[in-house]
Amino acid sequence: MREFTYERAASPAEAAAAAVRTQGAKFIAGGTNLIDLMKLEIETPRHLIDVNGLGLDKITETDDGGLRIGALVRNTACAADKRVRRDYGVLTRAIVAGASGQLRNKASTAGNLLQRTRCAYFYDTNMACNKRKPESGCSAIGGVSRQLGLLGVSDKCIATYPGDMAVALRVLDAVVETVKPDGTARAIPIAEFHRMWGDTPHIETALEPGELITAVTLPRPLGGKHIYRKVRDRRSYAFALVSVAAVIQKDGTGRFAVGGVASKPWRTADADAALPNVSAAARAVTSGATPTEDNRFKIALVERTLAGVMAEAQGKEG
Amino acid sequence: MPVNLIVNGKRESVDVDTRTTLLDTLREHLKLTGTKKGCDHGQCGACTVVVNGERINSCLTFAVMHEGDEVTTIEGLGMPDNLHPMQAAFIKHDGYQCGYCTPGQICSAVATLEEIKRGIPSHVQEDITQPPRATNIEMRERMSGNICRCGAYSNIADAMAEVAGERA
Repeated sequence: MREFTYERAASPAEAAAAAVRTQGAKFIAGGTNLIDLMKLEIETPRHLIDVNGLGLDKITETDDGGLRIGALVRNTACAADKRVRRDYGVLTRAIVAGASGQLRNKASTAGNLLQRTRCAYFYDTNMACNKRKPESGCSAIGGVSRQLGLLGVSDKCIATYPGDMAVALRVLDAVVETVKPDGTARAIPIAEFHRMWGDTPHIETALEPGELITAVTLPRPLGGKHIYRKVRDRRSYAFALVSVAAVIQKDGTGRFAVGGVASKPWRTADADAALPNVSAAARAVTSGATPTEDNRFKIALVERTLAGVMAEAQGKEG
Repeated sequence: MPVNLIVNGKRESVDVDTRTTLLDTLREHLKLTGTKKGCDHGQCGACTVVVNGERINSCLTFAVMHEGDEVTTIEGLGMPDNLHPMQAAFIKHDGYQCGYCTPGQICSAVATLEEIKRGIPSHVQEDITQPPRATNIEMRERMSGNICRCGAYSNIADAMAEVAGERA
């Protein structure tokens, strides 16, 4: 691991200011993804700004009947919150479908949003990777790509956004609140937070240099049935091949987002509008997909997973 | 950098490089070698310890981030002459073979039963608005971050069931 200096930030604005003041600085919260990548020297920060002491670890109610989840709320605490379980069940379901108990106890809300892809070619520093080293090429394209993406990808990168939590946040229309180094705040809709890879797969989010996530807000509850269905190679502690986060109303209408297939949690308005017609909705959400031979199966798997979700919503299956 | 920790109830002060993980601090600085280094990447759970009441992977956290924290390792749970009920249950149910993953399994198992008691939801719960129960399937799901390559899983679940039953 490369050497780094360390400081504990005193306030969110000071943390953001410190991040642009010190070259090569990064924030550290739970550290479960960052430290892993630092050991592999995929991440090589020269300075770490510890944001754990900033008091951003509360879940509070917003004026418009929603919830504000502090950036440092641990995944376990978020999933276990009574209001989240009652009104935003898809979020609890998504969080507990990911990682392990130990990791969820440490991982933060903001850090979960910022976790890096698990593409094996990104992790293997002997392989070319445009995300790890811009313009170095992509070994995944033409490589073993069963786990990799088919939407929001490009001829520079076919990595997926790996998380579960953000797929639920996408279906809930969450908003990411931040503070910039100049002290100004901004609110980024989750739909605009993660990017499509295009020509710059090393730029993964809408965050500007030094910009710090302070909270994620959820709009007022949607009602309906909250379902998160995750298909993976192991029953627990594995990343999704395909996942579907959905909120389905009694008449079968609703909304859904798909994980494990794209550069970001994937949701489209025409797919939502096609519900309860599963095949039309699945066709709409996978429209424009550019699969490899290895991951073409994910198109059918999206439809089957969505069919499972709809059956569960209608009480036809546990 | 200097760091002050409370490890198994005892105040400890160490001077560590910023890169030193909590795991290496426990093993190399404090000579508490019960906590094991397996994968060193948070995938195997051998390094599981309890920090401020919650189980974490000690390999994926820097010691400097734990100023003032309370850490419980396998040595703090119990020693051969004074076993923790979970340690005794692992022996009784043969919950290990080579033993390398065992300290992490036991720390994780103790914390898992606490998490169930505190009502932390899990992936296998049918109704997440209800309190979870310490069933076999719950324990298997919640222990998935602890790998045992000898495959002692069913005996570990039996040991946990016994301890959970004693508490009920």
